[in-house]
Amino acid sequence: MSNGPILPLRLADVSFAAGGRTIIDRISLEIETGPSTIILGANGAGKSVLMRLMHGLLKPSSDRIDWYAPERPGAPRKQAMVFQRPVMLRRSAYANVAYALKIAGIPEPQRGALVRDSLESVGLSHLARRSARVLSGGEQQRLALARAWALHPEVLFLDEPTASLDPSATREIESVIKAFDAAGTKVVMATHNLGQARRLGDEILFINQGRLVERAPVEQFFSKPQSAQAAAFIKGELPWT
Amino acid sequence: MSEALSAALALLVGLDSRLVEIVLLSLRVSLSAVAIAALLGLPLGAAIAVSRFPGRQAVIVVLNALMGLPPVVVGLLVYLLLSRAGPLGALGILFTPSAMVFAQSILILPIVAALSRQAIEDAWREYEEQLRSLGAGRMSAALTLLWDTRFSLLTTILAGFGRAAAEVGAVMIVGGNIDGVTRVMTTTIALETSKGDLPLALGLGMILIAIVIAVNAAAHLTRELAQRRYG
Repeated sequence: MSNGPILPLRLADVSFAAGGRTIIDRISLEIETGPSTIILGANGAGKSVLMRLMHGLLKPSSDRIDWYAPERPGAPRKQAMVFQRPVMLRRSAYANVAYALKIAGIPEPQRGALVRDSLESVGLSHLARRSARVLSGGEQQRLALARAWALHPEVLFLDEPTASLDPSATREIESVIKAFDAAGTKVVMATHNLGQARRLGDEILFINQGRLVERAPVEQFFSKPQSAQAAAFIKGELPWT
Repeated sequence: MSEALSAALALLVGLDSRLVEIVLLSLRVSLSAVAIAALLGLPLGAAIAVSRFPGRQAVIVVLNALMGLPPVVVGLLVYLLLSRAGPLGALGILFTPSAMVFAQSILILPIVAALSRQAIEDAWREYEEQLRSLGAGRMSAALTLLWDTRFSLLTTILAGFGRAAAEVGAVMIVGGNIDGVTRVMTTTIALETSKGDLPLALGLGMILIAIVIAVNAAAHLTRELAQRRYG
């Protein structure tokens, strides 16, 4: 994968409106390499939309989103996204990962090793031949992570990846996310789960009603929230789940 | 009536050669038509499903409406096209099985295209973000969706086949119902009934119904198995 890093990502006064409703309201921020970033906020705060804007699935209604080095259309993507509900193709787990590599233009002879490696890293090697859509929710989400892993993205967006999973599946997903982080991938994750934010995050972006209210390192955010909304959110979300 | 029925059964059991010939021609014509309609209709349906262009809604409405094309009207149009003075008259295929394949292809092309468009668009709604996130362009997305909806599309194709096998108007007009050349099940049933030869008509009727049921059972089973295997 040629040319240099795509980070940092710069948002300048980005707004997004749909159906006459403002969902993202003039957000400016910069996402740098390194610490994992948690986008925290209540349901409907605009976390998912913000993430889709960053990932390029949505176009901002006004102003700009700039990557340091924009991806060329048609070139392999250097960013990946894992959604709340994984979308699996009607083929084997193995073939789902191989598909992502094919789309990215990886030549066929190289795909096998990459697929096996990434299935291994999420602990799904034994299910490689199984049809992806009949796997459990947790297994499908791990497969979605393997699909992202195979491409060794520079940035990984995660949109509430464990919101519909049970605690043990959630733990497995979280450990894979930590492995991404350890391998040097920039993790940007939306969640409303405070415990998860603490476990996985280095810094918090707190979003409320489409606006960026607060940005702080995790410890500081939880011990001394600067804004009333953040304080109320932390209080309201207890106990830590 | 019961006499006619037992005579019909005797024809079936004895595999009457005239009857076999007619059934085989019917299958040959309708299967060829369905192959052509699928070859053109599936890519067309996929293309409409994943693309956005002005007038798209109108195209979809027209396509859906064309599913109800009256076979006799298709027969008439193809007749005009293929008749000696018509634009394709030089082909000289009027009153041949080729003309019947041509007419039935046109009849069921909208069915295959419209139903596959629907199936693929539903899948596209589910897959779009994921496929775009992976960096798939529209072309490769369309191919992916064609493959991923293959079991729904099989049902679509079989629906087209059922329609082709059961229609009488188009093949009657462009085929001419010539004995031993262009006589198929439906045209024979129409002819023999009007002549009063009920056993052959009845026997063919039973075969036709059996084929339609078998095709639908196959479609149903395939979907069930696929659902269990692939989710």
